[in-house]
Amino acid sequence: MAQATTLSGRQWSPPPLIKNPWVRWGLILGAVIYLIFALSTLNFDPARVARGMQRSGRLLLAFLHPDFTTRGNLIFTGMLESVTMAAISTVAGFIVAVPVGFGAARNLVPMPVYLVCRGLIALSRTFQEVIIAILFVVMFGFGPFAGVLTLIFGSLGFFSKLLAEDIEEIDAVQVEAIRSTGASWLQMVSYAVVPQVLPRMIGLTLYRFDINIREAAVLGIVGAGGIGSTLNTSLRRYDYDTASAIILVIIALVMVVELSSGWIRKRVQ
Amino acid sequence: MPVLESSGIKTWQWRNQKQTLLEYAFWLALLLLMFACAKFIADRTTWGFVLDAPRQGREMLSRGVPPRWDYMSQLWRPLWDTLTIATLGTALSFVISVPVAFLAARNTTPNLLVRYIALFIIVGTRSVNSLIWALILVVVLGPGVLSGTLAIALRSVGFMGKLIYEGIEEINEEPVEAIRSTGASGAQVLSYAIWPQVITNILGVTIYRWDINLRESTVVGLVGAGGIGLQLDASINTLRWNQVSMILLVIFVSVFISEWISAKARQALI
Amino acid sequence: MLRIDSLSKRYPTGDMALKGVTLEVPDGQVMALIGPSGAGKSTLLRCINRLVEPTSGSIWLNGIDLTRLNTRELRQARRKIGMIFQEYALVERLTVMENVLAGQLGYVNFWQSWFRKFPQATIDEAFRLLDRVGLSDFPDKRADALSGGQRQRVGIARALLQNPELLLVDEPTASLDPKTSRQIMRLINELASERGLSVIISIHDVPLAQMFAQRIVGLRFGEVVYDGPPNRLTPSVLNEIYGEEDWNASGPAQDSEEKRSRLGWSSHPLRDPLQKSVEVNRSQ
Repeated sequence: MAQATTLSGRQWSPPPLIKNPWVRWGLILGAVIYLIFALSTLNFDPARVARGMQRSGRLLLAFLHPDFTTRGNLIFTGMLESVTMAAISTVAGFIVAVPVGFGAARNLVPMPVYLVCRGLIALSRTFQEVIIAILFVVMFGFGPFAGVLTLIFGSLGFFSKLLAEDIEEIDAVQVEAIRSTGASWLQMVSYAVVPQVLPRMIGLTLYRFDINIREAAVLGIVGAGGIGSTLNTSLRRYDYDTASAIILVIIALVMVVELSSGWIRKRVQ
Repeated sequence: MPVLESSGIKTWQWRNQKQTLLEYAFWLALLLLMFACAKFIADRTTWGFVLDAPRQGREMLSRGVPPRWDYMSQLWRPLWDTLTIATLGTALSFVISVPVAFLAARNTTPNLLVRYIALFIIVGTRSVNSLIWALILVVVLGPGVLSGTLAIALRSVGFMGKLIYEGIEEINEEPVEAIRSTGASGAQVLSYAIWPQVITNILGVTIYRWDINLRESTVVGLVGAGGIGLQLDASINTLRWNQVSMILLVIFVSVFISEWISAKARQALI
Repeated sequence: MLRIDSLSKRYPTGDMALKGVTLEVPDGQVMALIGPSGAGKSTLLRCINRLVEPTSGSIWLNGIDLTRLNTRELRQARRKIGMIFQEYALVERLTVMENVLAGQLGYVNFWQSWFRKFPQATIDEAFRLLDRVGLSDFPDKRADALSGGQRQRVGIARALLQNPELLLVDEPTASLDPKTSRQIMRLINELASERGLSVIISIHDVPLAQMFAQRIVGLRFGEVVYDGPPNRLTPSVLNEIYGEEDWNASGPAQDSEEKRSRLGWSSHPLRDPLQKSVEVNRSQ
């Protein structure tokens, strides 16, 4: 399509991100209107924010002299409880998740089983752990037992979904190859499915442990065990020094777990 | 691969002796650890309540089903608040985490000190759960949607910042070199060669986090930070299970919709 | 005119990539830089526009010592040096036009570049160049939707939009098929003579270099071992540059060692079909 027309004075501007001008302007207008509405509901009270600045200043300062000793005992047992909860929930959650994960893989099980398992996973993933924790606290009483069940339920959704996806994506050819040797369903699973799926699962277990530690620290706020209740109490009493100590301990713990899990995962790979 | 030979006959085992021993030792240790944990938890459990749980559960279920449909009229405003918390919180996080991510990435950071500060911000905000942030902010700023929004924003900075800076470090450096060779300034290199490579990732991460934030926004109300969590807290405290089930249903539907939106939007980005 | 004076580059690992290279490239000359991998060809090119910092020596471009410039002055100097890359180095998500316009980034401020508000004269020139390299149909196509040859042309247009005094070309044909390679080399040559441009092309394809360059410089282990016209590249000269090789043979190798390595077999006894298998021997 060679043109002999003059090429000077030809206008050019970069192509817009969204081609359709209606869609583009519609989105922009919609976003602006939404922002105006949303910001108006924020109740931005300058006086309150000013007071808040003062208090947050005091809280920030408290980080400079955190108090680990006054409530040291409570902090220690609380953290221990949180870590224990996380540990046992991760392992138990993984164990429970295996059958559910298999049951949620379309290429392995019949439809009703598939639907039930997928439904369970959906419930687990939709609701935040805290909500589940409150319900379990009502059922099982205050304390870490409810917390452990909560974390198991949460880990279930996490592991099962990924496991099911991995299984569904399995190289069908490999499965066929094993099947053609006359192996039983269980043998097929352990020879063709597990080796492909297992290495990633181990990495994911460490990752989930990290998440569970963070969750376990929080569940105490609703009474499901762990350091959360101590944190709640100290904050409500404006005991900033203790609160900052607890927060620092939580951050330190989470970082340690993250670093070591990253190290372990590299070694295992 | 462990091939062993004994008296001239070659055999094959999945693992050799030392590996097998290590493996057994590991599993044993894990088992013992789990027993210790279980005992620790069991000691702190009031078994009376646990045994009572099935009855409790049945009661909750019977009182909760069917949900109280007319409660919905009182839930619209809290639902809107929850959406506000999630959306404004994600937007605020975007504004903070993008520059922080650029400062934290090895290839775009001006110097080492700044890089470590940026990484510290990201790691620090990641380790603290949004509910804890909400707790702190309610104590500091008072209850309300503002506290919830800031709590969500702060937690998201860590999440988004990490994914974004990792994306920045993975870009193709060749076009960056090429743009630099034309005599472009540092800012121009950033905007012309780096930004187009990372923008898809940044938008994808933002939408992904928005979806997660909607879930988290539903619970910040439990500590007073606005949203439907306030209703949930009130209903549970007064044991109105049919209201609780209504709220849970509303949450389920909202999360379902937001996941659908998020998946569609991220597909459109590619 | 480009003058390189005792240019040396030592990497932190201790490797001397360049050892006292001295060269002069007059205006309008197309010079090909040949040599084995690791000889320092890419390093030499990148030292000229200081994408890689030389350890010692000086580089004079039309009377200015590039090695002595500060950051701002270096940016201004770079505007006059166009560079074409082996893997095209285009920003994939941007359009062809945006990639070409990047050549003038050194002449606009930040906001102009962000909003892509280049002067009309620049846009006119960009369209002219696209037409010249044969891509006038594609200004708004995304760069990653193009073929290798097309992408390289965009790279060429970008470099030429700078209206450079010197063109540095780094293995322009390494990722292209033979026909496209010749088209690209021809295009570079034509453009160089149209504009009286000095060009340094680092290239590994020796016959291609001989076909299109006026002067060949051979580099080995960071030193210049040949500097002359293409027709004096005898096999012995090539041996000096590249090492021992039968430059005239075109059939299968007679030597079994080379046969194995050519066909991808290692010399491991257990996997060497030219030798009797070890297991068979042992069981006997």
